Amino acid sequence: MKNHVLRPLWLAIAVVAAVLIAREFLVPEDFGVHGDSFTYNFYRLGNVQEWKDFQVKYQGRERCARCHEEQSENNAASMHAIIQCENCHGPGVDHPKKIKKLLIDGSRELCLRCHQKLAYPSSQRSALPGIDGETHKKKKECRKCHDPHLPDLEDA
Amino acid sequence: MSCSRRDFLKQSVASVAAAAMPAATFVLLTPEEANAMVEESVRRWIFLVDTEKCTGCGLCVKACKIENEIPYDAPVSRTWVERYVVTKDGQTHIDSPNAGRDGFTTGAIRGEEIDPENIEKAFFVPKLCNQCDNPPCVQVCPVGATYQTEDGVVLVDQKWCIGCGYCIMACPYGVRFFNPVTKTAEKCNFCYHRISKGKEAACVQACPFDARRMGDLKDPNDPVTQIVMTERVQVLKDEYGTKPQVFYLGLDEKVR
Repeated sequence: MKNHVLRPLWLAIAVVAAVLIAREFLVPEDFGVHGDSFTYNFYRLGNVQEWKDFQVKYQGRERCARCHEEQSENNAASMHAIIQCENCHGPGVDHPKKIKKLLIDGSRELCLRCHQKLAYPSSQRSALPGIDGETHKKKKECRKCHDPHLPDLEDA
Repeated sequence: MSCSRRDFLKQSVASVAAAAMPAATFVLLTPEEANAMVEESVRRWIFLVDTEKCTGCGLCVKACKIENEIPYDAPVSRTWVERYVVTKDGQTHIDSPNAGRDGFTTGAIRGEEIDPENIEKAFFVPKLCNQCDNPPCVQVCPVGATYQTEDGVVLVDQKWCIGCGYCIMACPYGVRFFNPVTKTAEKCNFCYHRISKGKEAACVQACPFDARRMGDLKDPNDPVTQIVMTERVQVLKDEYGTKPQVFYLGLDEKVR
Protein backbone atom coordinates (compact mmCIF):
# COMPACT_ATOMS: atom_id res chain seq x y z
CA MET A 1 0.00 0.00 0.00
CA LYS A 2 1.45 3.33 -1.01
CA ASN A 3 1.86 6.12 1.48
CA HIS A 4 -0.77 8.43 0.02
CA VAL A 5 -3.09 6.40 2.30
CA LEU A 6 -0.70 5.99 5.19
CA ARG A 7 0.44 9.61 5.48
CA PRO A 8 -2.95 11.09 6.33
CA LEU A 9 -3.60 8.09 8.56
CA TRP A 10 -0.44 8.75 10.60
CA LEU A 11 -1.44 12.41 10.78
CA ALA A 12 -4.90 11.49 12.06
CA ILE A 13 -3.41 9.15 14.67
CA ALA A 14 -0.95 11.82 15.75
CA VAL A 15 -3.78 14.37 16.19
CA VAL A 16 -5.84 11.92 18.24
CA ALA A 17 -2.83 11.06 20.39
CA ALA A 18 -2.03 14.74 20.93
CA VAL A 19 -5.61 15.44 22.01
CA LEU A 20 -5.62 12.49 24.40
CA ILE A 21 -2.28 13.50 25.94
CA ALA A 22 -3.36 17.12 26.32
CA ARG A 23 -6.63 15.99 27.85
CA GLU A 24 -4.75 13.89 30.39
CA PHE A 25 -2.99 17.01 31.65
CA LEU A 26 -5.83 19.53 31.33
CA VAL A 27 -8.74 17.62 32.83
CA PRO A 28 -8.53 17.38 36.64
CA GLU A 29 -8.60 13.93 38.15
CA ASP A 30 -11.92 14.45 39.88
CA PHE A 31 -13.73 15.70 36.79
CA GLY A 32 -16.77 13.77 35.64
CA VAL A 33 -16.08 10.80 37.89
CA HIS A 34 -19.05 11.31 40.11
CA GLY A 35 -22.64 10.13 39.86
CA ASP A 36 -24.41 8.28 37.14
CA SER A 37 -25.81 11.06 34.98
CA PHE A 38 -23.89 12.99 32.36
CA THR A 39 -26.67 15.57 32.33
CA TYR A 40 -26.32 16.57 35.97
CA ASN A 41 -23.12 15.02 37.30
CA PHE A 42 -20.51 16.00 34.74
CA TYR A 43 -18.41 18.30 36.91
CA ARG A 44 -15.33 18.77 39.06
CA LEU A 45 -16.07 17.04 42.36
CA GLY A 46 -13.53 19.15 44.29
CA ASN A 47 -15.61 22.25 43.67
CA VAL A 48 -18.22 21.09 46.20
CA GLN A 49 -15.62 21.34 48.95
CA GLU A 50 -14.43 24.69 47.61
CA TRP A 51 -17.94 26.07 48.05
CA LYS A 52 -18.21 24.56 51.53
CA ASP A 53 -15.00 26.38 52.48
CA PHE A 54 -16.37 29.79 51.43
CA GLN A 55 -16.09 32.28 54.30
CA VAL A 56 -19.11 32.74 56.56
CA LYS A 57 -19.72 36.45 57.27
CA TYR A 58 -22.90 36.63 59.35
CA GLN A 59 -22.35 35.05 62.76
CA GLY A 60 -25.79 35.22 64.36
CA ARG A 61 -27.02 36.93 67.52
CA GLU A 62 -25.89 34.13 69.84
CA ARG A 63 -22.26 35.04 69.18
CA CYS A 64 -22.96 38.75 69.78
CA ALA A 65 -24.64 37.94 73.09
CA ARG A 66 -21.47 36.32 74.45
CA CYS A 67 -19.88 39.75 74.96
CA HIS A 68 -22.66 42.32 74.51
CA GLU A 69 -24.90 41.06 77.28
CA GLU A 70 -26.73 44.26 78.09
CA GLN A 71 -27.71 45.15 74.54
CA SER A 72 -28.72 41.58 73.80
CA GLU A 73 -30.92 41.32 76.87
CA ASN A 74 -32.57 44.65 76.18
CA ASN A 75 -33.15 43.75 72.60
CA ALA A 76 -34.49 40.30 73.45
CA ALA A 77 -37.13 41.88 75.68
CA SER A 78 -38.35 44.29 73.03
CA MET A 79 -40.37 44.11 69.84
CA HIS A 80 -37.06 44.25 68.00
CA ALA A 81 -36.09 40.82 69.37
CA ILE A 82 -36.89 39.40 65.93
CA ILE A 83 -34.17 41.48 64.31
CA GLN A 84 -30.65 40.08 64.13
CA CYS A 85 -27.91 42.35 65.51
CA GLU A 86 -25.99 42.09 62.25
CA ASN A 87 -28.93 43.39 60.21
CA CYS A 88 -28.11 46.86 61.53
CA HIS A 89 -24.48 46.52 62.63
CA GLY A 90 -23.14 44.63 59.63
CA PRO A 91 -21.56 41.17 59.57
CA GLY A 92 -19.45 40.27 62.60
CA VAL A 93 -16.98 38.10 60.74
CA ASP A 94 -13.70 39.84 61.58
CA HIS A 95 -14.97 41.45 64.77
CA PRO A 96 -13.42 41.92 67.24
CA LYS A 97 -10.05 40.62 66.02
CA LYS A 98 -9.47 42.61 62.84
CA ILE A 99 -12.36 45.06 62.94
CA LYS A 100 -12.41 46.75 66.33
CA LYS A 101 -15.77 48.47 66.08
CA LEU A 102 -18.73 47.41 64.00
CA LEU A 103 -20.85 49.90 62.15
CA ILE A 104 -23.67 51.71 63.90
CA ASP A 105 -26.13 52.52 61.15
CA GLY A 106 -28.31 55.34 62.46
CA SER A 107 -29.78 56.26 59.10
CA ARG A 108 -33.49 56.91 58.68
CA GLU A 109 -33.45 54.65 55.63
CA LEU A 110 -32.64 51.64 57.80
CA CYS A 111 -35.68 52.19 60.04
CA LEU A 112 -37.92 53.09 57.13
CA ARG A 113 -37.36 49.66 55.58
CA CYS A 114 -40.07 48.49 57.95
CA HIS A 115 -41.54 51.65 59.46
CA GLN A 116 -42.39 53.63 56.34
CA LYS A 117 -46.17 53.38 56.34
CA LEU A 118 -47.42 51.58 53.28
CA ALA A 119 -51.17 51.04 53.26
CA TYR A 120 -51.12 47.58 51.71
CA PRO A 121 -54.29 45.83 52.89
CA SER A 122 -53.19 42.28 52.08
CA SER A 123 -49.64 42.55 53.41
CA GLN A 124 -48.15 42.26 56.88
CA ARG A 125 -46.41 45.53 56.13
CA SER A 126 -49.53 47.48 57.06
CA ALA A 127 -49.58 45.72 60.46
CA LEU A 128 -46.22 47.23 61.44
CA PRO A 129 -46.18 50.56 63.26
CA GLY A 130 -45.42 53.04 60.52
CA ILE A 131 -44.86 56.72 59.85
CA ASP A 132 -44.54 58.76 56.70
CA GLY A 133 -40.82 59.36 56.28
CA GLU A 134 -41.54 62.44 54.19
CA THR A 135 -43.37 64.29 56.96
CA HIS A 136 -42.32 62.75 60.31
CA LYS A 137 -39.33 64.76 61.76
CA LYS A 138 -37.74 64.69 58.37
CA LYS A 139 -34.27 65.95 59.30
CA LYS A 140 -33.78 63.90 62.47
CA GLU A 141 -32.25 60.48 62.95
CA CYS A 142 -34.85 58.13 64.45
CA ARG A 143 -32.53 57.08 67.28
CA LYS A 144 -32.46 60.62 68.66
CA CYS A 145 -35.91 59.86 70.12
CA HIS A 146 -36.35 56.07 69.83
CA ASP A 147 -33.87 53.57 71.27
CA PRO A 148 -33.50 50.87 68.61
CA HIS A 149 -32.66 48.28 71.28
CA LEU A 150 -35.70 49.15 73.38
CA PRO A 151 -38.20 50.65 70.96
CA ASP A 152 -41.43 49.67 72.68
CA LEU A 153 -40.50 50.14 76.33
CA GLU A 154 -40.01 53.88 76.25
CA ASP A 155 -43.77 54.55 76.30
CA ALA A 156 -44.27 52.49 79.45
CA MET B 1 -1.28 -7.30 -0.29
CA SER B 2 -4.81 -7.03 -1.57
CA CYS B 3 -7.68 -5.66 0.38
CA SER B 4 -11.16 -4.99 -0.90
CA ARG B 5 -12.94 -1.83 0.18
CA ARG B 6 -15.56 -3.97 1.96
CA ASP B 7 -12.88 -5.87 3.96
CA PHE B 8 -11.06 -2.67 4.82
CA LEU B 9 -14.23 -1.07 6.23
CA LYS B 10 -15.20 -4.23 8.14
CA GLN B 11 -11.80 -4.49 9.77
CA SER B 12 -11.70 -0.80 10.60
CA VAL B 13 -15.08 -0.90 12.30
CA ALA B 14 -14.14 -4.05 14.24
CA SER B 15 -10.82 -2.68 15.47
CA VAL B 16 -12.30 0.70 16.47
CA ALA B 17 -15.08 -1.09 18.37
CA ALA B 18 -12.59 -3.34 20.14
CA ALA B 19 -10.34 -0.42 21.07
CA ALA B 20 -13.26 1.59 22.42
CA MET B 21 -14.35 -1.16 24.78
CA PRO B 22 -12.78 -0.77 28.23
CA ALA B 23 -12.01 -3.76 30.39
CA ALA B 24 -14.67 -2.62 32.87
CA THR B 25 -17.38 -3.59 30.38
CA PHE B 26 -16.77 -7.22 31.19
CA VAL B 27 -17.07 -6.95 34.97
CA LEU B 28 -20.32 -8.46 36.18
CA LEU B 29 -21.82 -7.05 39.36
CA THR B 30 -24.20 -8.78 41.71
CA PRO B 31 -27.27 -6.65 42.58
CA GLU B 32 -25.85 -6.06 46.08
CA GLU B 33 -22.56 -4.78 44.70
CA ALA B 34 -24.38 -2.52 42.28
CA ASN B 35 -26.52 -1.10 45.09
CA ALA B 36 -23.48 -0.49 47.27
CA MET B 37 -21.93 1.61 44.52
CA VAL B 38 -24.87 4.02 44.51
CA GLU B 39 -24.22 6.50 47.25
CA GLU B 40 -27.18 7.28 49.43
CA SER B 41 -27.52 11.03 49.54
CA VAL B 42 -28.07 12.39 53.00
CA ARG B 43 -30.23 15.44 52.53
CA ARG B 44 -32.46 17.22 50.09
CA TRP B 45 -32.48 20.94 50.79
CA ILE B 46 -35.75 22.76 50.25
CA PHE B 47 -36.80 26.35 50.79
CA LEU B 48 -40.12 27.72 51.96
CA VAL B 49 -41.19 31.30 51.30
CA ASP B 50 -44.20 32.59 53.21
CA THR B 51 -45.33 35.57 51.15
CA GLU B 52 -47.98 36.39 53.76
CA LYS B 53 -45.22 37.26 56.23
CA CYS B 54 -42.92 39.27 53.97
CA THR B 55 -43.01 42.98 54.68
CA GLY B 56 -40.54 44.03 52.02
CA CYS B 57 -37.81 45.22 54.40
CA GLY B 58 -35.14 43.86 52.05
CA LEU B 59 -32.77 42.82 54.87
CA CYS B 60 -32.48 39.42 53.19
CA VAL B 61 -31.13 40.94 49.99
CA LYS B 62 -28.65 43.08 51.90
CA ALA B 63 -27.42 40.10 53.93
CA CYS B 64 -27.17 37.91 50.83
CA LYS B 65 -25.09 40.42 48.92
CA ILE B 66 -22.62 40.88 51.77
CA GLU B 67 -22.44 37.22 52.72
CA ASN B 68 -21.81 36.05 49.18
CA GLU B 69 -19.52 38.91 48.13
CA ILE B 70 -21.83 40.09 45.36
CA PRO B 71 -20.86 43.66 44.30
CA TYR B 72 -23.13 45.76 46.49
CA ASP B 73 -23.96 48.54 44.07
CA ALA B 74 -24.00 46.53 40.84
CA PRO B 75 -27.53 45.86 39.52
CA VAL B 76 -27.22 42.13 40.17
CA SER B 77 -28.37 39.99 43.07
CA ARG B 78 -28.74 36.35 44.00
CA THR B 79 -32.07 37.01 45.64
CA TRP B 80 -34.55 39.83 45.31
CA VAL B 81 -37.91 41.01 46.60
CA GLU B 82 -40.71 41.98 44.22
CA ARG B 83 -43.58 44.27 45.09
CA TYR B 84 -46.97 43.68 43.53
CA VAL B 85 -49.66 46.33 43.76
CA VAL B 86 -52.98 45.44 42.14
CA THR B 87 -55.22 48.48 41.69
CA LYS B 88 -58.99 48.50 41.45
CA ASP B 89 -58.86 49.12 37.70
CA GLY B 90 -57.32 45.65 37.34
CA GLN B 91 -53.78 46.82 36.63
CA THR B 92 -50.80 45.15 38.30
CA HIS B 93 -47.82 47.34 39.20
CA ILE B 94 -44.61 45.43 39.84
CA ASP B 95 -41.22 46.72 40.91
CA SER B 96 -38.04 45.69 42.67
CA PRO B 97 -35.79 48.75 43.04
CA ASN B 98 -32.16 47.66 43.56
CA ALA B 99 -33.51 44.10 43.90
CA GLY B 100 -35.21 45.32 47.09
CA ARG B 101 -31.82 45.75 48.76
CA ASP B 102 -32.84 48.99 50.50
CA GLY B 103 -36.40 47.93 51.17
CA PHE B 104 -39.47 49.73 49.93
CA THR B 105 -39.56 53.15 51.53
CA THR B 106 -41.97 54.90 49.21
CA GLY B 107 -45.43 54.14 47.86
CA ALA B 108 -44.43 55.21 44.35
CA ILE B 109 -43.82 52.45 41.82
CA ARG B 110 -41.46 53.33 38.96
CA GLY B 111 -42.05 56.99 39.76
CA GLU B 112 -45.81 56.61 39.65
CA GLU B 113 -47.73 57.54 42.81
CA ILE B 114 -50.57 55.15 43.57
CA ASP B 115 -53.57 56.35 45.52
CA PRO B 116 -53.91 54.08 48.60
CA GLU B 117 -57.69 54.25 48.18
CA ASN B 118 -57.29 52.67 44.78
CA ILE B 119 -55.30 49.61 45.93
CA GLU B 120 -57.14 46.31 45.83
CA LYS B 121 -54.29 44.18 47.10
CA ALA B 122 -50.56 44.60 47.52
CA PHE B 123 -47.87 42.25 48.69
CA PHE B 124 -44.19 41.34 48.52
CA VAL B 125 -42.70 38.20 47.00
CA PRO B 126 -39.08 37.18 47.70
CA LYS B 127 -37.42 35.25 44.91
CA LEU B 128 -34.26 33.17 44.69
CA CYS B 129 -32.83 30.18 42.86
CA ASN B 130 -35.33 27.33 42.85
CA GLN B 131 -32.59 24.65 42.93
CA CYS B 132 -34.69 22.70 40.42
CA ASP B 133 -34.64 18.94 40.57
CA ASN B 134 -34.55 19.04 36.77
CA PRO B 135 -32.36 22.09 36.19
CA PRO B 136 -32.28 23.44 32.62
CA CYS B 137 -29.24 25.59 33.45
CA VAL B 138 -27.18 22.47 34.15
CA GLN B 139 -28.26 20.74 30.96
CA VAL B 140 -27.06 23.58 28.75
CA CYS B 141 -23.61 24.10 30.32
CA PRO B 142 -21.13 23.10 27.61
CA VAL B 143 -18.16 22.63 29.95
CA GLY B 144 -19.62 20.96 33.04
CA ALA B 145 -19.14 24.04 35.20
CA THR B 146 -22.56 23.88 36.78
CA TYR B 147 -23.99 20.82 38.42
CA GLN B 148 -26.30 19.42 41.03
CA THR B 149 -24.84 18.21 44.31
CA GLU B 150 -25.97 15.06 46.10
CA ASP B 151 -28.14 17.13 48.43
CA GLY B 152 -29.89 18.84 45.57
CA VAL B 153 -28.19 22.25 45.38
CA VAL B 154 -27.13 23.53 41.97
CA LEU B 155 -23.64 25.03 42.15
CA VAL B 156 -21.42 26.93 39.71
CA ASP B 157 -17.74 26.02 39.50
CA GLN B 158 -16.22 29.47 39.17
CA LYS B 159 -12.84 28.12 38.11
CA TRP B 160 -14.38 26.02 35.37
CA CYS B 161 -17.02 28.45 34.06
CA ILE B 162 -16.09 30.08 30.75
CA GLY B 163 -18.75 32.77 31.04
CA CYS B 164 -20.62 31.83 27.87
CA GLY B 165 -23.96 32.76 29.41
CA TYR B 166 -26.00 29.82 28.12
CA CYS B 167 -27.22 29.00 31.61
CA ILE B 168 -28.28 32.61 32.18
CA MET B 169 -30.52 32.35 29.13
CA ALA B 170 -31.75 28.86 30.01
CA CYS B 171 -33.08 29.66 33.48
CA PRO B 172 -36.84 30.29 33.21
CA TYR B 173 -36.77 32.16 36.51
CA GLY B 174 -34.04 34.61 35.59
CA VAL B 175 -32.09 33.92 38.76
CA ARG B 176 -28.71 33.64 37.06
CA PHE B 177 -26.57 36.62 36.20
CA PHE B 178 -23.06 37.45 35.11
CA ASN B 179 -20.83 38.26 38.06
CA PRO B 180 -18.89 41.38 37.03
CA VAL B 181 -16.00 40.55 39.38
CA THR B 182 -15.38 36.85 38.75
CA LYS B 183 -16.63 37.08 35.13
CA THR B 184 -18.57 33.87 35.59
CA ALA B 185 -22.18 32.83 35.90
CA GLU B 186 -23.50 33.42 39.40
CA LYS B 187 -26.60 32.44 41.30
CA CYS B 188 -28.03 31.63 44.70
CA ASN B 189 -26.67 28.38 46.13
CA PHE B 190 -28.79 28.32 49.30
CA CYS B 191 -25.62 29.62 51.05
CA TYR B 192 -24.04 26.20 50.58
CA HIS B 193 -21.10 27.16 52.80
CA ARG B 194 -23.47 27.98 55.65
CA ILE B 195 -25.99 25.16 55.40
CA SER B 196 -23.26 22.55 55.17
CA LYS B 197 -21.85 23.92 58.45
CA GLY B 198 -25.25 23.69 60.14
CA LYS B 199 -25.99 27.42 59.91
CA GLU B 200 -29.03 29.02 58.33
CA ALA B 201 -28.70 30.67 54.94
CA ALA B 202 -27.88 34.38 55.28
CA CYS B 203 -31.30 35.51 54.02
CA VAL B 204 -33.09 33.07 56.32
CA GLN B 205 -31.14 34.32 59.32
CA ALA B 206 -31.65 37.97 58.38
CA CYS B 207 -35.42 37.73 57.89
CA PRO B 208 -37.10 39.11 61.03
CA PHE B 209 -40.52 37.75 60.09
CA ASP B 210 -39.74 34.07 59.30
CA ALA B 211 -40.87 34.61 55.73
CA ARG B 212 -37.91 32.54 54.55
CA ARG B 213 -37.20 29.08 55.94
CA MET B 214 -35.14 26.08 54.93
CA GLY B 215 -35.59 22.39 55.51
CA ASP B 216 -34.57 18.88 54.56
CA LEU B 217 -37.09 17.03 52.41
CA LYS B 218 -35.65 13.67 53.43
CA ASP B 219 -36.39 14.26 57.11
CA PRO B 220 -40.11 13.65 57.69
CA ASN B 221 -39.96 15.40 61.08
CA ASP B 222 -38.53 18.61 59.68
CA PRO B 223 -41.07 21.42 60.29
CA VAL B 224 -40.56 22.87 56.81
CA THR B 225 -40.96 19.45 55.20
CA GLN B 226 -44.16 18.93 57.14
CA ILE B 227 -45.55 22.22 55.84
CA VAL B 228 -44.59 21.35 52.27
CA MET B 229 -46.13 17.90 52.62
CA THR B 230 -49.35 18.81 54.41
CA GLU B 231 -50.21 22.39 53.48
CA ARG B 232 -51.20 24.09 50.25
CA VAL B 233 -47.91 25.17 48.76
CA GLN B 234 -47.16 26.33 45.27
CA VAL B 235 -44.07 26.54 43.07
CA LEU B 236 -43.20 29.06 40.39
CA LYS B 237 -43.72 28.15 36.72
CA ASP B 238 -44.68 24.55 37.39
CA GLU B 239 -45.55 24.13 33.71
CA TYR B 240 -41.87 24.24 32.73
CA GLY B 241 -41.29 20.85 34.31
CA THR B 242 -38.19 22.01 36.18
CA LYS B 243 -39.44 20.65 39.52
CA PRO B 244 -38.51 23.68 41.67
CA GLN B 245 -37.54 23.05 45.27
CA VAL B 246 -38.53 26.50 46.53
CA PHE B 247 -42.10 26.36 47.77
CA TYR B 248 -44.41 29.32 48.32
CA LEU B 249 -47.20 29.84 50.80
CA GLY B 250 -49.89 32.36 49.90
CA LEU B 251 -48.74 32.93 46.34
CA ASP B 252 -51.05 35.10 44.23
CA GLU B 253 -51.93 34.23 40.64
CA LYS B 254 -50.46 37.56 39.54
CA VAL B 255 -46.97 36.35 40.51
CA ARG B 256 -45.04 35.01 37.59
